[in-house]
Amino acid sequence: KDYVLLIADRKVAYSVVALKSDHDKIMHLDASKLFAIAGEGGDAVQFSEYVQKNLHLYNLKTGLPLSTKAAAHFTRNELATALRKGPFQVNALLGGVDHSGPSLYHLDYLGTLHKVNFGAQGYGGYFCYSILDRLWKPDMSLDEGVALMNTCIKEINSRFLVGGADFTIKVVTAEGIRVLDPVLASSA
Amino acid sequence: DRAITVFSPDGHLFQVEYALEAVRKGTTAVGVRGTDLIVLGVEKKSTAKLQEERTVRKIHVLDDHCCLAFAGLTADARVLINKARIECQSYKLTMEDRVSIEYITRYIAGVQQKYTQSGGVRPFGISTLIVGFDADGTPRLYQTDPAGTYSAWKANATGRNSKTVREFLEKNYTETSGDETVKLAVRALLEVVESGGRNVEIAVLRAGQPLQIYDEKQVEAVVSAIEAE
Repeated sequence: KDYVLLIADRKVAYSVVALKSDHDKIMHLDASKLFAIAGEGGDAVQFSEYVQKNLHLYNLKTGLPLSTKAAAHFTRNELATALRKGPFQVNALLGGVDHSGPSLYHLDYLGTLHKVNFGAQGYGGYFCYSILDRLWKPDMSLDEGVALMNTCIKEINSRFLVGGADFTIKVVTAEGIRVLDPVLASSA
Repeated sequence: DRAITVFSPDGHLFQVEYALEAVRKGTTAVGVRGTDLIVLGVEKKSTAKLQEERTVRKIHVLDDHCCLAFAGLTADARVLINKARIECQSYKLTMEDRVSIEYITRYIAGVQQKYTQSGGVRPFGISTLIVGFDADGTPRLYQTDPAGTYSAWKANATGRNSKTVREFLEKNYTETSGDETVKLAVRALLEVVESGGRNVEIAVLRAGQPLQIYDEKQVEAVVSAIEAE
């Protein structure tokens, strides 16, 4: 209703090895925007930091924060420009709250941009889209949203072959960003 | 492109000296370093009746932890400040750390120097006062000039009547903190500027906090406190 909720798993994979299982994949682009990134290790971090610094520069130059829509379009533009030079292998979900309310954007490495009510990147979508389709309704409260996310997490951890992972959960509201307790595989 | 800034027979770079003249014509800017904060004060040029006062700014933010005030050609300052802002972010992107005040001063001074030794360009007509806090929390104040020189100061002034202000600061500077530093900066500025909150703009930078620009009432309060003494 007045928030955007993002979750991401915490595992970093290196072919068949799990490099670390406590990696935060949701970057704070600024005080009111979250950027959940899925993709190649270096590209993911490099690209999201680049976007973050450019947003900060805009902030300093104009004294105004960028709207979520503008930030999403800027990010898409960068991905599209890089596509035919040296593409960033990054798929992302950008969620933010600004003067026009909460919004969520689905971006992929080809420069696709879609404004969505709920979204997933990676294999998570295979398992979660049907749950989200069935259970999401407009104007859900934060508690309802968290419950919906927990249902998705339970599904991933039980049915996904590489499931059983910990999850980072962050929420953006008009007041800013809050990190909710991570869902540990042990307690899910 | 032919060079415009060339040596004179007696070793002067006249374009740089003329640039300093342009600085001397600009409205005064003063900076005072305290133990826990830095104060920037500028003489507010009287704005035309129909002009939006808040868009005529002489104190600018370069990054979360450093700011700049200048004296001289406003348009030149705009270009230089933009370059500095990009450099601040670029440094953060590659170094994962915020710029130190000395670094960004060195960068700005470097740009100013480049424009005294390049073809087809003229020097920037501004002197800047760069203030901020380093990673270890030390407050810093630096000054640059059109020649590209820079140095650190405890307190300094540039622009119109800067000599008078600097002499006042030399006589009255002591290590101060908080409101005392603000009062020192305002007192120094009032030496050369008409008394009154409407002619002076004050900004205070504290470690870890965004730049605080005093509104007219706050400035008046400081001015009254000074006049009462």
